Amino acid sequence: MGYRLGVDVGGTFTDLLLVNESDGSTHTAKVPSTPEDSSIGVLNGIARVCDSAGVDPAQISQVMHGTTVATNTMLTMTGARVGLITTQGYRQVLQIARSFVPGGLGGWVVYNQSKPLAPLALTVEADERIGADGTIVRKLNERQIRAALKTLATKGVEAITVSLINSFANPVHERAVARIARQVLPGLPISLSSDVVPEMQEYERTVTTVADAYVKPRVGSYLKNLQRELKRSMKKVNLHVLRSDGGLASAKAAQKFPVNLLMSGPAGGVSGAIWIAEQAGFKNLITFDMGGTSTDVCLVEGGRAQLRRETTVGDVTVRASSVDVRSVGAGGGSIAHVPELTRALRVGPDSAGADPGPAAYGQGGAAPTVTDANVVLGYLPSAARLGGELELNRDNAETAVQTIADAMGLSLEQAAAGIIDIVNENMFGALRLVSVEKGYDPRDFALIAFGGAGPLHANALGRLMSSWPVIIPPGPGVLCAYGDATTRVRDEASRTFIKRFSDTKATDVAGHLDRLARQAGKSLTGEGVSSREQSVHFEADIRYSGQGLSLTVDVDPAALRRRVGLDAIAAQFDEKHEQLFTFTLDAEKEFVNLRAVVQGKAPQVVAARIGRGRGDPKGAAIGTQMIYADRRRQRATVYDRPRLRAGHVIRGPAIVIEMDSTTVVLPGHAAKVDPLGNLLITPV
Amino acid sequence: MPAEIVETRPRPFRKVEVDPITLDIIENAMLNARWEMDAVLFRTAMSPGIREQHDEFPMIANVEGKMVVGQFGSFIHGFLEAYKGTIEEGDIFLTSDPYACNGAISHANDWLILRPIFKDGRLLSWSAMFGHMTDVGGKVPGSLPTDAKQIFEEGIRVPPLKIYERDQLKSEILELILHNCRLPQWNRSDFNAIVAAVRTAEKRVIELADRFGDDVYYTALDSLLERNHRAMAKLIRDTVPTTKQVFEDYICDDGLGMGPYKIRCTMWRRGRKVIFDFEGTDPQSIGPINFYLNEEMFKMFCGVFMIQVFDPQIMFNDGFYDLMEVRIPEGTLLKPVAPAALSCRTHALGRIFDILGGLLGQGNPEFLCAAGFSDSPHFMYSGYRESGEWYQLYQIGFGGIPGKPSGDGPDGHSLWPSFTNVPNEYLESYFPLRIETYETILDSGGAGQHRGGNGIRISYRFLEPGEISIHDDRWLTYPWGVNGGAPGMRSRKLLIHTDGSEELLPAKCDRIQVAKGDLLHYDTWGGGGWGDPLQRPIEEVAFDVEAGLVSPGGARRYGVVIGDDFVVDDSATRRLRGRMKRGKRRLALFDRGGDIETLRRRCVAETGLPAPRAPEFQTWVTASTAGRRAGTSARSSAGRNSGR
Repeated sequence: MGYRLGVDVGGTFTDLLLVNESDGSTHTAKVPSTPEDSSIGVLNGIARVCDSAGVDPAQISQVMHGTTVATNTMLTMTGARVGLITTQGYRQVLQIARSFVPGGLGGWVVYNQSKPLAPLALTVEADERIGADGTIVRKLNERQIRAALKTLATKGVEAITVSLINSFANPVHERAVARIARQVLPGLPISLSSDVVPEMQEYERTVTTVADAYVKPRVGSYLKNLQRELKRSMKKVNLHVLRSDGGLASAKAAQKFPVNLLMSGPAGGVSGAIWIAEQAGFKNLITFDMGGTSTDVCLVEGGRAQLRRETTVGDVTVRASSVDVRSVGAGGGSIAHVPELTRALRVGPDSAGADPGPAAYGQGGAAPTVTDANVVLGYLPSAARLGGELELNRDNAETAVQTIADAMGLSLEQAAAGIIDIVNENMFGALRLVSVEKGYDPRDFALIAFGGAGPLHANALGRLMSSWPVIIPPGPGVLCAYGDATTRVRDEASRTFIKRFSDTKATDVAGHLDRLARQAGKSLTGEGVSSREQSVHFEADIRYSGQGLSLTVDVDPAALRRRVGLDAIAAQFDEKHEQLFTFTLDAEKEFVNLRAVVQGKAPQVVAARIGRGRGDPKGAAIGTQMIYADRRRQRATVYDRPRLRAGHVIRGPAIVIEMDSTTVVLPGHAAKVDPLGNLLITPV
Repeated sequence: MPAEIVETRPRPFRKVEVDPITLDIIENAMLNARWEMDAVLFRTAMSPGIREQHDEFPMIANVEGKMVVGQFGSFIHGFLEAYKGTIEEGDIFLTSDPYACNGAISHANDWLILRPIFKDGRLLSWSAMFGHMTDVGGKVPGSLPTDAKQIFEEGIRVPPLKIYERDQLKSEILELILHNCRLPQWNRSDFNAIVAAVRTAEKRVIELADRFGDDVYYTALDSLLERNHRAMAKLIRDTVPTTKQVFEDYICDDGLGMGPYKIRCTMWRRGRKVIFDFEGTDPQSIGPINFYLNEEMFKMFCGVFMIQVFDPQIMFNDGFYDLMEVRIPEGTLLKPVAPAALSCRTHALGRIFDILGGLLGQGNPEFLCAAGFSDSPHFMYSGYRESGEWYQLYQIGFGGIPGKPSGDGPDGHSLWPSFTNVPNEYLESYFPLRIETYETILDSGGAGQHRGGNGIRISYRFLEPGEISIHDDRWLTYPWGVNGGAPGMRSRKLLIHTDGSEELLPAKCDRIQVAKGDLLHYDTWGGGGWGDPLQRPIEEVAFDVEAGLVSPGGARRYGVVIGDDFVVDDSATRRLRGRMKRGKRRLALFDRGGDIETLRRRCVAETGLPAPRAPEFQTWVTASTAGRRAGTSARSSAGRNSGR
């Protein structure tokens, strides 16, 4: 038994969690991130955490990593020069996209389209055609595509993607093009749409394949680099990467389809939240991760995060499973402004980011941000240190927020409270999107808050949602690293299977599912997870025949083979449709996709427990602070979180500070400290 | 007598103090509710028209029926005037008759569903939504005959009626309606989906009123309307001159071989009010290109268009309506007298946006965009498969967005909000056809400093014998360019039979027989160019050429000489640009590619199609509007008397 290490690379900090596999005990560390090459920060952090824990790095056998490399490559447009091969007549598939113009009526007046990830100049057509049913309509003209690939060779492409029409039904031409491309352009990475996402819809399949190829070189070199550096001090280490769907993949497997890593970072937070909440006895959660520029939320039911079949980065949406994290452009750095024309108070979507940051940071920022409003209201007392380093400048914050107060004709505190109310409302919108709008009652869920600003706003959001308790885990910043360290290896195999129920034999479906399970199982075995340690579950995407979006339901091949047949699946689908949309249809149902998800064993990690305290948490109180809440000034007690003990109850108004976050407990609420050190806030 | 609203516990709302923050929160929540309506509909509707292309529009209105959030403005006032029965808690109304709701919807394919939202026994708000049904019966599949002369040919029309009473579906009425449609299953699920959406809005509205109190909700909605009023008053004052601005544009033909039809609008400001007068617009057509334009809807178009440039974040609503006056003479193309046919109204509906752009842009360079993809051309294909199964496709086409002050127009995109194309792989899986080409048309975007977007070519290979219908326009008149920009390329439809013979199809046609193996090139038009093409940076022209969006020959319109190897010849470019600059007279504000007479004269040579004959107009319309004018004044004075 050795150690496993969870590493989360965020925009500002890299968080690490070292877990002793024999007793589950943990050590944490936090070091600055190194955006130009994030592996430097990772290695610094490893040195730091091993040093403070007195552990020899060689004892670490597993490193689990949530990475934002793929996302950043997309956002900063620094990916590969991708060449694209389409079917004749479809060269402009990415240019036309879905013909969608964002905004309302007249939105086109201000809309400027961004350039495709694979430039048109690097897109060539193949003379071939596959029919919708998979038949070959026109054989691939090998001579023509060979010549076309040769022209690409002169243009300095760094990766080749092939996305031919109807290849989801028959990949034979894509494979033939790949074979020729390997001859004409030896050494270049080649991605086939029928491998990356063998599903119907040419634009989505193409953009996903291209995005995959676009991020692949940077992700590959980053992971290879990191692995090499890790091996220097840890001989037998296995590097695993967290995928967007919350499963772990070996570094090697992750490099194969890096488009599945676009949500790796947020997935770490969700996984960590699930784990810590489960230890505390909560399985139904809404996660609330509020950072500097955006807030991510996700619904977890029965310990399982909702997944969705697409991932959006910037203005590109790809078909890749990810934890269903909804993002709003609202964070601590969001800027408040009052447009002259309407005199409305708007918060965001512009953000002061980390540089210059909120006015209170004193780094030259002057625009009033959410953080400044928190400072004005007293929620971020000067005793609070953001990550231990930064000192808050209250005067700057007041000057900035005063501009809003003047524009609205409000007092300084009213304006600050207004900024907080508006930003809370924006985040409330995202929370509703994952709950109410999907037919879930938020009162059945606990709200778990993390990220730099989450604990500041969580109590207020809990009140808007009636989601109790509001859980503030200990060291909310290292939660993502917890997620990285505690998730399971996972892989899935899926196929498009469009067939009406009346034309389908249940045993056929069962047969397909078993084949998919074998396929996914094999890939896990390849990652060193023995078949005994694997568990599998099955899903089918189903819709009313002719409907657009499908719903995913769990299926059981064994039950399908028994007499139950497809009726049970049909009933499950109807029930889900009713929950989501308030009605069912008396219409034929059809399968869309079948999927097998195989997972490795869950690691043994026990959450650290804190000592029991007795009665009043007086010993943890370090002072008082005037705050403005519920439209009046009141005195709040300030507590030092590391001194809190299990069983302590903090009555609001109170502020709890620790190294990397600050929690607000509002008047009329109390926070109970549980044995794991979580703060559980409920109304009193 | 107009509709009677029945409240079990009527009591007036009180105006209360609403702090600005609460107001912004309610604004936000209303917007969220509106987006949620869309989300519910898209996920559960069945017809590709609604589900994939999003041909639908939601709305939430205040207690008086003014649209607080939505897109096309409110029609509830007109509905209340026209509906004769009671409006009670648990009712849901359905109508598809444009003539019965003052043009709130403009053809019978749009089903409009309206839900009064009651809370604790009194009316609090309204939610409504309409969506385009793929088929509502009538003489042709798709229910949009291109040769209709009366609305009776356009399928079943539902007058405003209660389809739910006390939340009980009147299933016999629904069955009667569905019985008249070719694809009842689609209509049924789309109907259910719209009902689910308006109910979702109701739920959100009631939650909001519970959270803040009914009076706060009521007052906040008023303040949101007032906020729009204030913003628009300022915009109108700053941007609309008191001198008259005139702009004209055309519908190329009426489906019966006549055209073009003129739409003319004069705009000026008097005090704080802007007046739009459509005097000079051609009389209504015998054919189906009439567009019953609701005045309020026009105000909404106009307001949204103006504010887009200044505060796109605003939640746009009806609040500014009294700042605009819209005059549309009765019996014209834009206010036809029943039972005029309306099934090809989509062209005039789109063209209104070009007219708005031209009107507002003349004096305000920040508004002036070129002519855009002001249409949603239709394509229908239907028949029986070999297996005996009926298939029926209705599809909307996309084209070139115009060059505009903010940049190039996107290629092959939609001018309408939220519309998306249908994936071709989906079409091929569910319909007997193959899409052999799906690309933008080289050089079809008008040249300009900001290039107009290219139109799209869709090439349909038919795999079963069947019939097709086409609705398109701008095949005779050009999508004009502005500020020195050139017009975009016009639309064209070419059917190629299996024996190699070619047939040019008119822009509007029905029941064209296609055989297995026939190929249709469906070409839409490009957007006009914005600004002097010689001002476009050479590297951008070269980029477009290498991208296959502009040809080397087309690059010469920009004064750029570029070889087939995509290398720019710098000195030749310098010479060409110099020559073009010297040869150029001043930059035209509008470039229409020639006047109507010139376009007619060149028509056969350039388009391969005969020029349309001059429109004939109908005398009964004149007689009936004259009679109605007399009648209306008599009725209204009677109304005043009875009101005393």
